[in-house]
Amino acid sequence: MSILEILGGILLVIGSIFLFLGSLGIYRMPDVFNRLQAGTKASTLGAMATILGVGLLAPGWILKIIIIILFIGYSNPISSHALARAMHKRKAFMYFKGEEIDAYKEIEEKDNTEK
Amino acid sequence: MNYIIYFSLTVMILALILSAIRFYKGPSAGDRTLALDTMTTIGVSGIVLLSYMYNRYIYLDVALVYGVLGFIGVIVIARYLEKAL
Amino acid sequence: MKSDYFKKLSFGTKMSRFFMNWIFLMMVWLGFTNSFAPQELLVGVFLTALISFLGIRLFTCCDLSLLHPVRLFNILKFIVVFLIALIKSNLDVARRVLSPSLPINPGIVKFKTKLTKNFAKMVLANSITLTPGTLTIDIVDDTFYIHWIDTLTTNPEEAFKEIAEQFEEILLKIF
Repeated sequence: MSILEILGGILLVIGSIFLFLGSLGIYRMPDVFNRLQAGTKASTLGAMATILGVGLLAPGWILKIIIIILFIGYSNPISSHALARAMHKRKAFMYFKGEEIDAYKEIEEKDNTEK
Repeated sequence: MNYIIYFSLTVMILALILSAIRFYKGPSAGDRTLALDTMTTIGVSGIVLLSYMYNRYIYLDVALVYGVLGFIGVIVIARYLEKAL
Repeated sequence: MKSDYFKKLSFGTKMSRFFMNWIFLMMVWLGFTNSFAPQELLVGVFLTALISFLGIRLFTCCDLSLLHPVRLFNILKFIVVFLIALIKSNLDVARRVLSPSLPINPGIVKFKTKLTKNFAKMVLANSITLTPGTLTIDIVDDTFYIHWIDTLTTNPEEAFKEIAEQFEEILLKIF
């Protein structure tokens, strides 16, 4: 076993565990924004680590692997941002521990008065 | 080496099951879309892993196109939910 | 209005944008084909030139000045800072998800940024989404609205210091 294979195996294990943690976060969190937080971060790093691990195991594929990694790192935050804004505009349930802290409300009130 | 790949695939399938539960239960459309997005990401890494397991370079293209389509789908659903489409 | 903006640009700016897009698309093409065979390279050169010519109004992010060595060094520095923040944020998510009591205190805060270019704002928003406990909800002009999983403060300046300062000072040097 070469050093690349050992590194690739470690990355595979770490990445799949982070993918699992992301799904666990989606399952456990109380409202849609916290689910987005956990899901986006953990599944992005998990997918990146897994795919990079495959790239280290098969070094001839590394260029396309890098393209896939860059695409995932670019697209996941954008889709989570679009979903978060849509759900806030639909007045989805928001979980607050103590008092309500919501600075984005002012924008929506302005939008409503303009209409 | 094979055992590591089997372990990773097993953990990914557990993650898929957890997201599928959220997809089934999810109180709002946003939760379901989020679960779908996560399942797409897990699916992309699973396809890349399978392409290494079967030693087929061409499967990487499948993973890339699947990722692109999933991203576009989530954006379209989000814009629709925002009543902006 | 958009075409007005485009007509005002000088010929040199347009050409430097075109070449930057060409170089970038050529790198993507090399990644797609994963080979250095001459026929593939030839097709790639023509196709990417065509795409960057047709899309010169759309891809407005950067021009050739991005290849200046100081900027390249700053881009590398940004990538390192970003990767460290990404790993930290994942450990943070793991800690929150695995502890039985779910230690979260969510809220939405806002702050202002000094960046002016749209592309730089997008990079900053994406980096914020992937760093510990924060999620960009919207950008209105120069105000960022951030969902924070553990709201420490509602004051805009302190929130800015806590969330975005390390990225913004590097991004200001790049763009």
